[in-house]
Amino acid sequence: MSNSHEQAELVRKSLKRRYRKERRFRLYGILAIALAISALVILFADIIGKGYSGFIKTTMTLEVRLDPDTMEIEDPSDPESLRRGNYGKPIVEALKRAVPSAGEGDEKSLGRLINPYASNTLREAVIDRPEILGSPQKMTFLASDDTSVYVKHADDPNYSIKLSDEQQRWVDELVEAGVIEGAFNDVFFSHGDSREPTSAGVLGAMVGSLLTMAVTLVLSFPIGVAAAIYLEEFAPQNRLTDFIEVNINNLAAVPSIIFGLLGLAVFINLFGLPRSVPLVGGLVLTLMTLPTIIISSRAAIKSVPPSIREAAEGIGASKMQVVLHHVLPLAMPGMLTGSIIGMAQALGETAPLLLIGMVAFIVDVPDGFTDAATVLPVQIFLWAGSPELAFIERASAAIMVLLTFLIGMNALAIWMRRRLERRW
Amino acid sequence: MQPANLFPLLVVLVGIAFALGYARSRAIASPLGGIRHLKSLPFYYAARAALWCGLPALIIFAFWLGFEDKVIQTLVVASLPEDLRPESAGRASLVLSQISNVASGALNPKYAPEGIVEAAKLLTTLREESKFMMTILVVCVAVLGAFIAWLRIAPHINAREKVESMLRKIFFMCAALAILTTMGIVFSVIFETVRFFQKISFIEFFFGTNWSPQTAIRADQVGAEGAFGMIPLFVGTLLISGIAMLVAVPVGLMSAIYLSEYASKRMRGIVKPLLEMLAGVPTVVYGFFAALTVAPFIADAAHAIGLDASTESALAAGLVMGIMIIPFVSSLSDDVINAVPQTMRDGSLALGATQAETMTKVIFPAALPGIMGGILLAVSRAIGETMIVVMAAGLAANLTANPLDAVTTVTVQIVTLLTGDQEFDSAKTLSAFALGMMLFVVTLVLNIVALHVVRKYREQYE
Repeated sequence: MSNSHEQAELVRKSLKRRYRKERRFRLYGILAIALAISALVILFADIIGKGYSGFIKTTMTLEVRLDPDTMEIEDPSDPESLRRGNYGKPIVEALKRAVPSAGEGDEKSLGRLINPYASNTLREAVIDRPEILGSPQKMTFLASDDTSVYVKHADDPNYSIKLSDEQQRWVDELVEAGVIEGAFNDVFFSHGDSREPTSAGVLGAMVGSLLTMAVTLVLSFPIGVAAAIYLEEFAPQNRLTDFIEVNINNLAAVPSIIFGLLGLAVFINLFGLPRSVPLVGGLVLTLMTLPTIIISSRAAIKSVPPSIREAAEGIGASKMQVVLHHVLPLAMPGMLTGSIIGMAQALGETAPLLLIGMVAFIVDVPDGFTDAATVLPVQIFLWAGSPELAFIERASAAIMVLLTFLIGMNALAIWMRRRLERRW
Repeated sequence: MQPANLFPLLVVLVGIAFALGYARSRAIASPLGGIRHLKSLPFYYAARAALWCGLPALIIFAFWLGFEDKVIQTLVVASLPEDLRPESAGRASLVLSQISNVASGALNPKYAPEGIVEAAKLLTTLREESKFMMTILVVCVAVLGAFIAWLRIAPHINAREKVESMLRKIFFMCAALAILTTMGIVFSVIFETVRFFQKISFIEFFFGTNWSPQTAIRADQVGAEGAFGMIPLFVGTLLISGIAMLVAVPVGLMSAIYLSEYASKRMRGIVKPLLEMLAGVPTVVYGFFAALTVAPFIADAAHAIGLDASTESALAAGLVMGIMIIPFVSSLSDDVINAVPQTMRDGSLALGATQAETMTKVIFPAALPGIMGGILLAVSRAIGETMIVVMAAGLAANLTANPLDAVTTVTVQIVTLLTGDQEFDSAKTLSAFALGMMLFVVTLVLNIVALHVVRKYREQYE
């Protein structure tokens, strides 16, 4: 009797311990999830925090007096003479008028506040419309990198301010007077890469990515679907098919950089295709995404119920007709979903593209598949490695652009899966 | 004709072949009393003509484009006079770029040697001839193919069967591309690797403890003898992968357990996609995060407690890589845990075990092999990961186990050796391929074992 009592006591004590253990176990699980999600939140917050300022450009609106004499333009009707004029001078003078506290001999340090390409902007404006010569014009120019960094990040210890105390005072004055303003950074979306952070943009990389993705999609989707159809519907059970299957599964897990080695050795060294072009990038990414597309397409084909096949066969359709007319249309949403996910992977891929020369510094926006180009992730990599801090802001902004595309693609895939997937 | 224009032309030809095939099959059928007297529908006769028109032409087109440049370059180099002929592959590419610069007008012929100008002229004519010949050949083959198929349209021929068997062959070729890719990988690294081992001994590569691939350009240069011992790279790779696994395995596993055993359906529906988002973030973004946020933070933290840390540390790269791998571990473990039959859970709970006890003593051991397989796959991923380590781990080949030091990895070295200016045929460039071979073999073995284990144990319960 006392024995069972003792036992009950023992159990009661151990129960407490066991329940504590249970709670602890649950807590570990919650902690793990919290850790993973907070890592995601920190990642996004960090990038948005660093990059939002990349979408803002710092501009200066100045009243420039376009006097042909001070600009050393002899004959305003001659385009060659117009081209040779001094366009830096009116800008610096306009700056001087805007900053009353600056004295004589400060022209040089004043000129540092404005973007070195500002005189080109002015030149183009004048060549475009020579009639504006001789009259004062209100024009907006980009500020220099140093000014931009000072205006945006004066309080951020990570950024070193390169302006002198005097220059900083002037900038403060200009901001006060409304000459220096922030505006939406259209330059970022309309320009290619540049050595100058303020005039660097992602358009070149975006077009490069688009062309590369076009090659990848055009090749990998039909080939992937065809391969999946063969393996799922026609493949006999033999050694060769097994070998193909093992190969596909392995290729899906081969490190991406190895595909870069393949591209370098085969497409560039063997076939002699040019380096750093969307065509080669697309071919490499095709080989890389094929396994993903094949595997998801096979799953989609598998999910088509046998009754569909049997019904089609029952009225005398050939195997190929069953597949092309009945199975394929039903499996198509699943295949498309898998392909979008595969394309999203390819869009974010960097490592193999480094090896086939897509790290080259390219300013022009590419207009063909064999034009030198870079892609968004590689552009991010290049900017991130740049010693100039203003490029880090650009890189973060480019990451936001890339992530927007990726989230869009994934959302599309999820939406399609919800919308088009049929339950049998 | 430019290749860019030839392709649309080919598409038009295929369309014409289809239309003509369709028309002829109907024309043949009408005296017989309608298309039901044909063996196949007109569509299949037309499709056959289109395939015959398009396929051979397309194959020739692709091969021509693939090898055109190589052949022309060889011919041009062979035409050079004796004194200008390059003696090494590196020189050859220099001479070739000079020739093509002259040919494209980027370099004034006045500043180039006589032979180069001649070669540039040859290059231009060869290119034009090649384009011309390709156009003629492709168009002829397309027309001829279509014509033969068109002639062969007859009521007793079962075009459907022929088209279908052709399609089946095309499908097979697409599937076989996987084998071709693997072979491409193996051959492209093997050739260069063999050449590498002709210059550097096996023993130095596999057992050397010093990695500094800077080879001397001049023979009398000081301190520039390449050393190709891969042990420091291997140790660096393992160190970073190890740190990554220390983060990813507990977090991923516990998340998977919580999600599959405790979480409500709603919570699962929210948390799972969030975890999967971690897998969708491009690696260059993780690299950016590691290099610009985590590494400085770790360096500052280490300095604050009096430790010496470099700004590029194995710890930063490893931690961030671990975060990247969490979703792989969690989703694979989730699959395996879900595959354990419910009866095992019920049995354990019925005996009075708590859920935690059921998990650790019953389900976890049952799922262990599958989980191990998933972890092996994650390790293979960590070893092959490039961007995070390129951006955050550093370039110095340190043989160290201190996670606060900068280390370098196999993938980092491949990237640094093969980007930018390359010397041809030097041990430095070739060593990248030898490293690639190593990486391929190691990850391949890990993948094969992991896939085998995962498949085997998943099936056991189904």
